[in-house]
Amino acid sequence: MSNAPVDTGRRRFLTAATAVVGGAGAVAVAVPFIKSWNPSAKAKAAGAPVEVNISKVEPGQLIRVEWRGKPVWVVRRTDDILAELPKHNDQLRDPNSEEDQQPEYAKNIYRSIKEEFFIAVGICTHLGCSPTYEHNKFEQYVEGIRSGFFCPCHGSKFDMSGRVFQGVPAPLNLVIPPHHYVDDNTILVGKDKGEA
Amino acid sequence: MMTMLKNLQGWIDARIPMTATYNRHVGQYATPKNFNFWYFFGSLALLVLVNQLLTGIWLTMNYVPSAEGAFASVEYIMRDVEYGWLLRYMHSTGASAFFIVVYLHMFRGVIYGSYQKPRELLWLFGMLIFLVLMAEAFMGYLLPWGQMSFWGAQVIISLFGAIPVIGDDITLWIRGDYVISGATLNRFFALHVIALPLVLVVLVFLHLIALHEVGSNNPDGIEIKKNKDENGWPVDGIPFHPYYTVKDIMGVAGFLIAFCWVLFYLPDGGGYFLERPNFEPANPLKTPEHIAPVWYFTPFYAILRAVPNKLGGVVMMGLSIAVLFVLPWLDRCKVKSVRYRSMFHKLNIGQFAVSFIILGYLGAVPATPELTIAARVFTITYFAFFFFLWLYSKNEKTKPVPERLTH
Repeated sequence: MSNAPVDTGRRRFLTAATAVVGGAGAVAVAVPFIKSWNPSAKAKAAGAPVEVNISKVEPGQLIRVEWRGKPVWVVRRTDDILAELPKHNDQLRDPNSEEDQQPEYAKNIYRSIKEEFFIAVGICTHLGCSPTYEHNKFEQYVEGIRSGFFCPCHGSKFDMSGRVFQGVPAPLNLVIPPHHYVDDNTILVGKDKGEA
Repeated sequence: MMTMLKNLQGWIDARIPMTATYNRHVGQYATPKNFNFWYFFGSLALLVLVNQLLTGIWLTMNYVPSAEGAFASVEYIMRDVEYGWLLRYMHSTGASAFFIVVYLHMFRGVIYGSYQKPRELLWLFGMLIFLVLMAEAFMGYLLPWGQMSFWGAQVIISLFGAIPVIGDDITLWIRGDYVISGATLNRFFALHVIALPLVLVVLVFLHLIALHEVGSNNPDGIEIKKNKDENGWPVDGIPFHPYYTVKDIMGVAGFLIAFCWVLFYLPDGGGYFLERPNFEPANPLKTPEHIAPVWYFTPFYAILRAVPNKLGGVVMMGLSIAVLFVLPWLDRCKVKSVRYRSMFHKLNIGQFAVSFIILGYLGAVPATPELTIAARVFTITYFAFFFFLWLYSKNEKTKPVPERLTH
């Protein structure tokens, strides 16, 4: 031990500087650990768009395709269903699709590019269950509306445009994925028109 | 021979404090002499922890943590591995048994005021154990990769999506994929078998050290350390060994009778310990008709569902657990045990227990409009317990507390 006087100011500076450098190192080393939890390149590649042939879908029928592991519905809506859609706006949370749950081209009452075909991610916006399609059986849930989607998990209800009803746990309309028509019989789900 | 052992003991004691530690924590740990039935559950929790660790290690020897192999490997364990079925059922039944004993252990703390000063930190360590236990159970439930594994995890991970702005990015980060996939399964496996058990064991160690520092509470809620004889030994204390080791073995025997009955005669716990849809492999395109978490989460799940707003529901569910952490500071009464507290306190604890059980039932059955209203009512009474406790405990009319332990 030397008996030299202690320069406390200098000592405090050195302690603080060491702590800061060490802290920065700890933060930097946390980055790879946190980042490694992000989707891998393989998972991202598996999220590529999917093509759907819609020529064989019957009126009123719902088909499911898988995109990014999620169920995507393609429903061919009948004229009856389309006629029903504008009539119950007052029972909906977001009848005009103000919330950003769809691409710009689906921001209409039918929430689709062509009125006849409704394309949506079949996952409830509450907690991620997949609602069931109640074709002509929806009146038990909402009086006067014949078709819709009902989530068996927590009872959320959606109309045939995937718009959520009031008084249910789901906060938002169903998500409309980016999609476009390659030709009259084919839809590409996962990509907007003209997007690379 | 005896001298050789004595010499060995001396040799070790000169290098690590073996005998001193044994005496401090077992041989001469002073324990109140009036422990009753409620005091079985701490040691039982330790027993179940050992069961989970042992059977868990053995299960990993044959389990395949991948989306392709997980379900089949569990079936393989059940059918082809010698005694695999027993190890698996010991683990799955053990998970439910863990929560049964932990809930009873926590309730004991509530009725006898074991969370009060000077045991606040002990209670906090216990609450952290409970939290890690829930994470452990949740992640473990994904591993068999059945329908309920998949959809249960889907629901719980989606809870994080309720966080404003960054919610969706967080759920993506937790899953490591756009949906729950093999990536999610593998990371949950790593956390379930390595990370969380390590944390759990450290927390249990801290819980015990904190307990032995302040000493055990008892059904009378009287500090035995306040009344010591001339040797410094609490007058109402008895050494942990042999008195409570023998008593706890008695509790273990009773517990094992019930545990083994479930294990051998009702291994799925009537559809509550292992839910029926989980005997079907995970299918991301098909949601089961009715999704319910395993029974030990249902009270909190009922609170989540009771709130007709996603973020609000998540916040209320978080609060229902968080409020337990601050229990030592909500209760401002100086008297610990329910035996010497007011009638209002007794009724309040009673209604709290009833609310918790009814919420547990409501969280397990499908929601109907009537049941949702019931869930709202009992969510309010659940929280009312804490509010009323804070309100009346300051100036509570208590009975005189005796000087010495009674029974």
